[in-house]
Parts: sequence; C-alpha cells; structure tokens
Amino acid sequence: GDAVACFPIVSRTDFSETTFLLEIHHPMMAKAAKPGQFVIVMVNEHGERVPLTIADFDRVKGTITLVVQAVGKSSREMQDACQVGGSIFAIVGPMGIPSEVSNAKKVICVGGGLGVAPIFPQARAFKEAGAYVIGVVGFRSANLMFWEEKFKSVCDEFVVCTDDGSAGIHGLVTQGIEQAIIAHGDINEVVAIGPPIMMRACAETTRPHKIKTMVSLNPIMVDGTGMCGGCRVRVADRIKFACVDGPDFDGHAVDFDDLLSRLHRYKPEEKQAMERYSDSCRRLS
Amino acid sequence: MARKTIRTIPQERAVMSVQDPEVRSKNFDEVSHGFDLENAMLECERCLMCPEPACIAGCPVSIDIPGFIAKMLEKDHRGAYDLLTDSTQLPAVCGRVCPQEDQCEGVCAVGVGTDLEPVAIGRLERFLGDMAIEKGWQKTSHIVANRFRVAIVGSGPAGMACAADLAKAGCSVTIYEALHAPGGVLRYGIPEFRLPNTVVDAEIANLKALGVEFQCNILVGRLFTIEQMLDDMGFDAVFIGVGAGTPHFMDIPGENLNGVLSANELLTRCNLMHAGEFPKYDTPLGLGRRVAVIGSGNTAMDAMRVSLRLGAEEVHCVYRRSEVECPARREELHHAQEEGVTFHWLTNPVELLGDADNNVRSIRCIQMELGEPDASGRRRPVPVAGSEFDFDADTVVYAIGTSPNPILGQTSHIGLNKWGYIDTDDSLATSLAGVYAGGDIVTGAATVIQAMGAGRKAADSIRRYLGIRSSGVVY
Ligand SMILES: Cc1cc2nc3c(=O)[nH]c(=O)nc-3n(C[C@H](O)[C@H](O)[C@H](O)COP(=O)(O)OP(=O)(O)OC[C@H]3O[C@@H](n4cnc5c(N)ncnc54)[C@H](O)[C@@H]3O)c2cc1C
Ligand SMILES: Cc1cc2nc3c(=O)[nH]c(=O)nc-3n(C[C@H](O)[C@H](O)[C@H](O)COP(=O)(O)OP(=O)(O)OC[C@H]3O[C@@H](n4cnc5c(N)ncnc54)[C@H](O)[C@@H]3O)c2cc1C
Ligand code: SF4
Ligand code: SF4
Ligand code: FES
Repeated sequence: GDAVACFPIVSRTDFSETTFLLEIHHPMMAKAAKPGQFVIVMVNEHGERVPLTIADFDRVKGTITLVVQAVGKSSREMQDACQVGGSIFAIVGPMGIPSEVSNAKKVICVGGGLGVAPIFPQARAFKEAGAYVIGVVGFRSANLMFWEEKFKSVCDEFVVCTDDGSAGIHGLVTQGIEQAIIAHGDINEVVAIGPPIMMRACAETTRPHKIKTMVSLNPIMVDGTGMCGGCRVRVADRIKFACVDGPDFDGHAVDFDDLLSRLHRYKPEEKQAMERYSDSCRRLS
Repeated sequence: MARKTIRTIPQERAVMSVQDPEVRSKNFDEVSHGFDLENAMLECERCLMCPEPACIAGCPVSIDIPGFIAKMLEKDHRGAYDLLTDSTQLPAVCGRVCPQEDQCEGVCAVGVGTDLEPVAIGRLERFLGDMAIEKGWQKTSHIVANRFRVAIVGSGPAGMACAADLAKAGCSVTIYEALHAPGGVLRYGIPEFRLPNTVVDAEIANLKALGVEFQCNILVGRLFTIEQMLDDMGFDAVFIGVGAGTPHFMDIPGENLNGVLSANELLTRCNLMHAGEFPKYDTPLGLGRRVAVIGSGNTAMDAMRVSLRLGAEEVHCVYRRSEVECPARREELHHAQEEGVTFHWLTNPVELLGDADNNVRSIRCIQMELGEPDASGRRRPVPVAGSEFDFDADTVVYAIGTSPNPILGQTSHIGLNKWGYIDTDDSLATSLAGVYAGGDIVTGAATVIQAMGAGRKAADSIRRYLGIRSSGVVY
C-alpha cells in the first residue's frame, strides 16, 4: 500500500494565540532530516504549498516537529484544522541544503519570531559539534516565550530579549548579539533565523565586526524542488533559488530589500483570502 | 485491390472540429475535439500503405503506422490499438502533443514534395487512445512475477514508460514523485485545453492496473538517496526520469521585480495548484492585464494561452529570432495567433522597468536581425544598434529554456556532464551500477515521445541487467 500517503499529527502544543507546534509521524523524514532543512505542507487538496522549517526531529519516535505562526489564511487554517488524531494531506521534505555546522569554536544562534523554533536544531548541532553556543532569542513579551528549558540544555549561555522588557533584555535580538560580541571578542559565527527585517538587522550588527553570519531565507515558494523559480533571491548580485541553493545564505551578501519587496507580491490576494476565510469561520460558528 | 496513389486518395484531410478561437480563448476546454469515427475512417483512406514507410522511421518509437491504419480500415480498432501500444505507452497523450510535423508526419509520403497535407497520424492515434479510454480497454498482459524490485524516480513520461515495461516484465515497480500529484510535465506543465487531466489520469490508472505503485510527496535525494535505494531499501535497479525543469532567467536589470515569473511557475500555479480558481483554491496567481512572454517554444505558447484564458487583455510574445525559427509545434503557434496573441519577432528584452512599488510596468526591447548561422545551424540574431523601444507589461513571463535540477547531483555520486545533465552510455546506464536514466534529465528539454522512448529503452537495459529473459514476457 501507499506507505507514506498519510501523515498523522501525534501531538500539538499551543504556545500563544498565534504560535503552535505540530508533531507529525513520518519516520523516514525523521531519519533524513538535518538542521536547516524545511518541508512543504498542504493542509488539504485545495491548499497552498506552505514551506515550514523542520524545528525538531526525533529519530527514535519517528516524528518531525513544525512550529507555525498563524499569519494568514493558510497558516490560520492549519491552526484550526490540524488537531491530534487528524492528518495532513501532503508533506514533502526534507528540502533544501542542510545548514553547514562549521567547526566554529564559538557561535551565536539567534532566533526571533517564527525563527525561534528552527534555530533550536542548529544550536543543538553546534553543541554536539563541540562549539561554545550562545543562544539569543527574541519575543514580543514574556508570555509568548517557549522552549526556554530546551534551549538551556544545548546553550552555554542563553539570552532572552523582549520588546516590552517583560523578560531578559528590554530590546531587540541585535542588542543581545552586541552584548555577546563585546563580552567575548572571539565569536566565529552567527546564525540568525527570523523575519527578514530581523535577519537584516543581525547581518548589519555583525558586518562591522566581520563575523560570518548565516541567515535562512523564507521567500514565497511553490514546488520547493527548483522547478518554478518563484523563490529566487539575490545573493552577491546573482540569482539563487532558495529551495535548492539554500535556504541558508551569507547574510552579508543577501539583498534583503529584494526579498522584502518580493514577499509583498501577493498582498492583495492574501488579504482577500484571509477576509473570505474569517467570514466563513464566522458563519460556521 | 489496386495500390493507392497520391491521386486516388482523398486530397483533403478529414475534418476535425475545433472550438472557435473567440470562444475557446476564454475557457479551458480542449481546443480540438478529435476525429469522430467517420472522419477517422476517411483519414485512414489517405494512407498509401508505403512498402518502405518513411513515417515509421520518423517516429522516435518506430510505431507501425501503416500497420495500425490497416487494422483500422478493417474496422479492427482493438487490434489497431494493441499494435499501437506495442510501441507507445501513451497514445492519447502523444497523439495530442507530439510535434508531428518534425516527426512522423513531416516525412509522410503523402505530404513530401506535394501540396497535400500528410496523413494526420497524430490525430488517428489520439482517436484510438481516446477510444481505449472510453471503452476501458486494457492491455494487461499475463504477467509472470519475478522477485525483482525496481524504483523509478519521477513520474513524467520517461518514468511512466519505464515503469510500464518493467511491470509487464514481472518486476515490482514503485514510482516516487516529489509533487503531490503524478504525471510530470503532463500534469503541471501542459494545460488542460491541450491535454486534459482526465487523459493523464487514465494513463496513470493503466499503470496502476499493471501493479505499479505510485508514491507522491517523496523528494528523492533528500528523503533518501539513490545509493540508499540500492543498499538499504532493497531495490535491484533504479531508473531516474526527473526531467530538467529548472527555469532560466536572462540576468537583465529588473528581473526580480514583482510580476516577473517563469512560465513553469505560472503553469504550475495554474495547472497543478488551480490558481485560476482562486480563492476556492488557496494558491494565487496575480496575473496582470498586459502579459509579455519571452520565448516562443511550447512552454511559451502554453503560458500565453493560459494567460488569455485567465482574462489577460493583451498577450505579447517576444522572441529574438523570426517566425521561421519558432520552436513550438506549428499547431500551437497557429492556435495562439488565432486566439489573439501579438507576436514580436526579432525582438529581445534588455531591461524590465518597475514602478515605485517594485511591480513590473514595462519592458524595454531591442530589435534584432539575423546574422550568420550559429552552432544550432539557425541564423544567429544580432541586435540592431539604437533600436530600443518600450512597451507596457504588468506581467512578464520567462520561457527561455531550462537546466537540470541540481538535487540528485547534490546528494549522490552519480556522474554528470559539464552542463549538469546525467551522463549515460548508449544503454542509458549511469555511472552507478544498476542505475539508469533517461528523458529530459539526460538529453535536456526534448519531447514527450522522446522521453517515453528513453524510458522504454532503459527498461530494456534494466531487464538485461537483471537477467530477465524477454522471451518469458507476454505483452
Ligand atoms: C524555507 C521557509 C521556511 C519557513 N519556515 C516557517 C516556520 O517554521 N514557521 C512559520 O510559521 N513560517 C515559516 N515560513 C513562512 C511560511 O511559509 C508563511 O508564513 C506561510 O506560507 C504564510 O501563509 P499564509 O497563507 O498563512 O499567509 P499569507 O497571508 O499567504 O502571507 C502572509 C505572509 O507570509 C509570506 N508568505 C506567503 N506565502 C508564502 C510562501 N509560500 N512561502 C513563504 N512565505 C510566504 C508573505 O510574506 C506574506 O506577506 C517559512 C518560509 C520558508 C520559505
Ligand atoms: C509547458 C511545457 C509544454 C510542453 N509541450 C510539449 C509538447 O507539446 N509536445 C512535446 O512532445 N513535449 C512538450 N514538452 C516537453 C515534454 O513535456 C518533456 O520533454 C517531457 O515531459 C520530459 O519527460 P520526463 O519524464 O523526462 O520529465 P518530466 O515530465 O519533467 O517529469 C519529471 C518528474 O520528476 C519529478 N522529480 C524531479 N525531481 C525529483 C526528485 N528528486 N524526486 C522525485 N521526483 C522528482 C518532477 O516533479 C516531475 O514530476 C513541454 C514541456 C513543457 C514544460
Ligand atoms: S508517437 Fe508521435 S511521432 Fe510517433 S507516430 Fe505517434 S504522433 Fe507520430
Ligand atoms: S508515410 Fe504516410 S502514406 Fe506512407 S505509410 Fe506512412 S502514413 Fe502512410
Ligand atoms: S520554490 Fe519553486 S524553484 Fe524554489
């Protein structure tokens, strides 16, 4: 029979109003996944192909973990529809080139917004490779925090930054990076995952210090196999396809303006889809 | 019966009805309806039954064309279909999409050196293929199962043809496909109005009836490697038919503006993801009102004609060579012209211009003229100095060719040539023992029938590699 045709959801955790975790049974994927890779998910037959980073994997249990931020129609629908006991229509991966876990001695792993979860396997991989790992994560507020213990178990230092000062440093992750650079002076590498604006700010923070800074780009995708070119980004003035050439790139070479502008490509349609979806939810309730 | 001659056969091709251009450019229904029985029989009368048929040599899979036409004339349609499917796995597909004018029909004795149209071989094949689907004809042979397991990577025409032959030879065959639906370009590339999904579905159902298993959502190379398939997963041989779908851009200024996309993206959003039915389906397309498509091959034609059907007010084709060099099937070019596409021959884009919001607004082109022949034997287009001009376009689509997908090269030790295509010998064996490859990933972008032919050839080599005696196989 079709062994991989059904993808059951085995656990779910809601971190906040908008952020939730799904653990999906897919033993083959759990075995193959490496830090930095992503999957493409279709909630149902009518769905979009939504790229999501593999935030964790458990080779023993045979599961992969996704952490999703509900920002628009598709992710909202996932939030409503994906419950334990249910299953997902399609999930393919692991996609993309795994992150290079360099032999850097001292690294800062930075996660903000939807990047907090996916930075975790990177931090763990660096730890396992023997690096001194400084974790820096950003949230809007203390009540949105998650995985603190998990991070602490793989980080030598762990810094939380909040927009409202309700926990850790009052400010942006770039302040956390700045402080770590000053405190250590021998940081070899920074890895940053989060919204493009945050990643750009991280790259600008490290540029004067000439510290290698890897970022994980999240352009709009369709197939994720290199076939459509929708995910193209500009890196060092060359076209790259994020799904097969990335998603990790040298943050100092990425054209973030280009990425940001291309992410706005479907604003009108996204708004239309969201309004329609909210309407139909209201009618149902 | 006296031998037919050019003078005794019906001079005109039998009639096949097509949708009116005005009407069809607004719907996704099939453009041509295909022969009815009466007209199919009339067209069969036009075949001269040449003793040395040029048409067979012109067909990449050497279909016995006068043979199947003779059976049709005897009203043995089932027999004709069986003869046809000795050579082609996908008659309803090839009858519709083969570039017949370059292949079988291009050398047909009726058309060569006369002012007559050649026998409509493709249309006759389509007729038989459709009849088989309608009547549920199956050529499920008596399969003698063996203990061999073969994996096929990619569910396009190459993979499907290879799978069919190996299943008939008794192997247990699994097709792995990265997308969520099988069919390759037949599914995501060629639109509904040229090749309805029902036809692709029927061909897939045929394969399933032969026992072929389809597993979608599997990105080979990343979920498991080619080497793992042989070493850990217990496959005795692997066939790679992953196509060559990575689209080219030109690297001119403005290419990353919003509204600039590849034809593959446009077609995938529309054909695979149903963007035309947004918001019922979640995937948007965001097509503008004035669409410019760069390139003039089949992919370009499909992108233009899909754009018209999705409501674009103007569709322009920008091509650096002249109409004579246009690489699309003639029928598609004519259909696109009838449907109202404006063609700008000998025109090349040099820059895309955007508005304040980074949306493409217009396209700057330069006039070209034909110079000396280039490596392809076609006259090389050279720019005419000072001939730049702009025209408005709010969607710009690239259809200027593709290169091989890098994933298998990134994840295995398979030998590639210097352009990144998979290297094979004459038997389609790759550098890895037990691994064969064919179709676009070996030859570069070609045709459905060539990919299918390669799949069959590889199946033959795999049979030999596994030591399966073909005498034991009943087709
Ligand atoms: C490699 C990669 C990894 C990602 N990892 C995660 C993750 O771990 N968790 C998470 O919550 N999100 C992740 N994203 C982003 C996620 O895919 C989008 O948030 C999601 O597609 C939005 O869909 P929507 O319909 O809910 O929102 P929409 O209303 O469609 O869009 C909201 C915003 O999301 C962006 N977006 C829309 N479609 C896509 C798309 N197909 N791909 C990327 N961005 C898009 C746009 O900028 C848009 O403004 C990742 C994206 C990529 C490319
Ligand atoms: C828009 C368009 C129109 C065309 N029109 C015509 C026409 O009219 N007539 C004609 O003869 N030819 C036409 N062609 C060309 C023809 O379609 C191709 O030559 C043919 O489909 C090649 O077949 P293939 O089996 O090699 O690959 P494809 O059809 O490309 O199939 C390859 C499959 O492999 C899958 N795949 C890729 N990588 C992996 C992986 N790592 N793991 C698993 N699966 C993978 C892909 O998703 C795809 O489904 C057209 C092509 C296009 C794009
Ligand atoms: S398969 Fe194509 S080339 Fe061969 S006979 Fe049929 S239409 Fe002609
Ligand atoms: S070349 Fe033309 S006329 Fe001759 S056998 Fe073939 S189809 Fe018939
Ligand atoms: S998502 Fe289509 S090429 Fe990357």
